[in-house]
Amino acid sequence: MTNYIIRRVLLIPVLLMGVTLLIFAMLQFLGPVQRASLYIRDIPKNERVLERVIRKYGLDEDFLTQYWTWLVGKRDATTGERIGGILFGNFGYSRSASEPVVDIIKRRFPASLELALWAVVPVILGGVVLGVLAAVKHNTWIDQATRVFSILGWSFPTFVFGLLVLMIFYARLGWFPPGRVSDWANQVIRSPEFVSYTHLVTVDALLNGRFDIFVDALKHLILPIVTLSYLSWALLLRVTRSSMLEVLRQDYIVTARAKGLSERTVIFRHALPNALMPVVTIGGMMVVGLLNGVVITETVFNYPGIGKAAADAALYLDVVTVLALTLFNGFILIAANLVVDILYAFIDPRVRLE
Amino acid sequence: MTQAEVAPEMVAGEPLLPRRGRLERWLGPEMYRLLRGLLHNPLSIMGLILLAFFVFVAVAAPVLAPPRDPTAAYQIPRDGFGPNPKPPGSLWKVRQPPLPFWWKPVMGTDQWIHIMGTASGQWDIYYGVVWGTRTAFKVGVIITISVALIGIVIGSVSAYYGGWVDMVLMRITDIFLSFPFLLAAMTLSAILTPVLGKSLLPATIALITFGWMGYARLIRSDILSIKEREYVLAAKVIGASDARILLRHILPNAIFPTIVVASMDMGSYVLTFAALSFLGIGAEVGYADWGQLLSFARDWITNLADYWYIVVFPGIALVLFVLAWNLVGDALRDILDPRLRGRNA
Repeated sequence: MTNYIIRRVLLIPVLLMGVTLLIFAMLQFLGPVQRASLYIRDIPKNERVLERVIRKYGLDEDFLTQYWTWLVGKRDATTGERIGGILFGNFGYSRSASEPVVDIIKRRFPASLELALWAVVPVILGGVVLGVLAAVKHNTWIDQATRVFSILGWSFPTFVFGLLVLMIFYARLGWFPPGRVSDWANQVIRSPEFVSYTHLVTVDALLNGRFDIFVDALKHLILPIVTLSYLSWALLLRVTRSSMLEVLRQDYIVTARAKGLSERTVIFRHALPNALMPVVTIGGMMVVGLLNGVVITETVFNYPGIGKAAADAALYLDVVTVLALTLFNGFILIAANLVVDILYAFIDPRVRLE
Repeated sequence: MTQAEVAPEMVAGEPLLPRRGRLERWLGPEMYRLLRGLLHNPLSIMGLILLAFFVFVAVAAPVLAPPRDPTAAYQIPRDGFGPNPKPPGSLWKVRQPPLPFWWKPVMGTDQWIHIMGTASGQWDIYYGVVWGTRTAFKVGVIITISVALIGIVIGSVSAYYGGWVDMVLMRITDIFLSFPFLLAAMTLSAILTPVLGKSLLPATIALITFGWMGYARLIRSDILSIKEREYVLAAKVIGASDARILLRHILPNAIFPTIVVASMDMGSYVLTFAALSFLGIGAEVGYADWGQLLSFARDWITNLADYWYIVVFPGIALVLFVLAWNLVGDALRDILDPRLRGRNA
């Protein structure tokens, strides 16, 4: 076990190195002038000043030197100020949002996190419950219905599904608006009386005793959650179903049944725990995906998370911002995958022996 | 299986190899099993019919919606420049494209009508949906072939040589897997757009760059199990070159699942490409592409109840296209799954 964890952790620096190198290599498609926004807010129009900027930040030096400056940063010889260093949070400046990328992340990440946290339970639970149901009722109409349901969900592009639910539940019925909170709620949140403890609106609203804001925020969250859930159920349902079917064929299930155990005990005590193994992997991947800023869902529902920020920046070809957000999400992805893998090794002893 | 099928016919004095057997010989046992499985499953039959329909629309596009300018057929024609979408059934006022021959008998008029309405900017949705089918196939085929090829090359080299080559290539695969897929594709697309110009190319290249890893892993594991077989050892003993062993002996026996899986992923590539177009970084505005058409709906979120046709028509086309591939792919995976092999086959 320890061996496995050590091997897994040792992989992290390799991955980090590779991801950052690749990102930086992609940056080389930009000219030195555009790359200047890695370090400064406004790119000067004056050619002489520009020249000085390029020299100061070493934008004309060789690849590895530049990479090092960008990654770890260096101290400016004359002024002593720190230049670059994405590892210390210097992600550069966003031309499209006119602010440092770090500020975008600070402001937007809580929004993405809130959506992810609310979506986790329905996404995982719904998929598993439907999958078990389909397996237990194998080859009945319930099985067929879940199959059709899941293939449909699998085929629906997020944005088409999102636009359709918006069309019905917002444009026609006016129940669930897009965005994060309504304007009046936003004013309250920005007022000095409202203390933002966590920057998760639903949690803060409860902590401030503003139940109306909690309800308002929840109303805005429902459509994105429904969209994310339905489209993720498709995959989770399939995995749970096939894994459960496989387990139900095992000898120890036959033994359990032969002992005269009730069907409920057989399914929930003997079959389900073993069938959930692969589900943990897929479920873990899904949670990671949710954490990762769900670009399309956030864009369709105009939800101000990281994914929406990246989509906006990409639209204006603001490469420095998109790259920084990709990198940030890459870090999260690597960390989250590590956690999932280690958890998995704890649950399933077969992984460790490999 | 074949034995049992052939035997009664021989008794009845039929030719030694009936037609079915000839088809099986021609396709090879694996393809034959696939085809039989596909034609025995109602869901996959539905998928095949849908696919046939889309192929028809793509091939017949110039007849279904004749372009004004055949050299720029993928440019959706527009009826003026007004900002508000027009509902299905409204008359085409300015710059009509030529009428197809079937128009008058079917529609009963010699006026162009916006069959599916127009989007903001008066782009004709019907034209975009029809020619978008071609875009979908084009993008899907290019991406699928490219990712499969890259995956096969990397996976087979990795598996065949093993050792540090395997180690390095698999770590590179891990690195590519560490990128959030859609974000990374968006980034690369945004980078390539100024370099290559606004076209389908940047998004296509971006999706290929971050899409090959699954196939590399798949073919690698298949080759690892094949490379220790006797016939490979035999080829080594007679001194065949590495390239010959890999290309002639190993790959033909390992490549099949990868190709099938890749081709069935075509639907999801088209979907992802449409998503990029929807975000505004795939096809340019006015290009016949379903995702690009759907992106017009983003301007009308509050009025979607009135302008439903911007979402519904391109949306249905995209969903049915992806659904068709998934229906067939779903059946294929069941057939290919070795654990299910031989059962109710």
